[in-house]
Amino acid sequence: MFVAGDTVRVKDEWPEAVGPVHIRTPWYVRGLEGQVVRCLGDFPNPEDLAFARPAERRPLYHVRFRKGAIWPEAKPDDELLVEIFGHWLERP
Amino acid sequence: MNILEADSDRLLAAVRSLLEKKGIVSTAEVQERMAVTDAASPGQGARMVAKAWVDPAYRALMLEDGTKAAESLGIMMRGMPPLGVLENTAELHNLVVCTLCSCYPRAVLGYPPFWYKSASFRARAVRDPRGLLASEWKTIVPDAVKVRVVDSTADYRWMVLPVRPVGTDGWDEARLAGIVREGDMIGVTVPGV
Repeated sequence: MFVAGDTVRVKDEWPEAVGPVHIRTPWYVRGLEGQVVRCLGDFPNPEDLAFARPAERRPLYHVRFRKGAIWPEAKPDDELLVEIFGHWLERP
Repeated sequence: MNILEADSDRLLAAVRSLLEKKGIVSTAEVQERMAVTDAASPGQGARMVAKAWVDPAYRALMLEDGTKAAESLGIMMRGMPPLGVLENTAELHNLVVCTLCSCYPRAVLGYPPFWYKSASFRARAVRDPRGLLASEWKTIVPDAVKVRVVDSTADYRWMVLPVRPVGTDGWDEARLAGIVREGDMIGVTVPGV
């Protein structure tokens, strides 16, 4: 779905506002753009696994964000590297 | 019986006997897992780091596939999440945190230190890593070195391969392993002599 170097945006979605969920996408990157570093492989979707539902395997990506894009006071070129499932990513 | 009020030892015994009776987990498997948990300590990760410092082929394997590198030193990785290794260099310093809970590479580092799970460490590590390292650990990352915070949010577990300190030329693996601390492999400290 995505390859190393792709610019991606984390979906600005807040399913926890609707009902009980188990999600592995931190709040602080939602709606922000980052870059795919690599695909880490396919893993059972934790959003289903946590509720003992059949969990489809989904690609997991290592995505890099510039610190300056998240917190204005940060040293801009410092980075954050976060594992994010493909279904949380979109092309900007 | 109210399961929430049951005595924990009796509850554990009941669950274990049910698991055995239903053929889900045998006593031998539970004992094997207990042995693995007991053997896990920062000393295991330190052995990997020391070997990577003296053996370029091992270092390459460790960066490519941490799980295989751990297994090749006899560390039990069966049933553990995949292990990724983050290399510190003269230009890059890695810091591992889990902002969502407390994901930690237990197979190679053992139980996490108490502060690793604290809300304060988790919040400060992503927002102000340089300030956090300087104030709590006296670790100063020079301005020319990029800080990369690795938020361990999903299925991987991450450890840091620190830079080999100067003044360790000619040291053998055992001596090198002796200077690698838990914090060095999380990225809050750097090894020194």
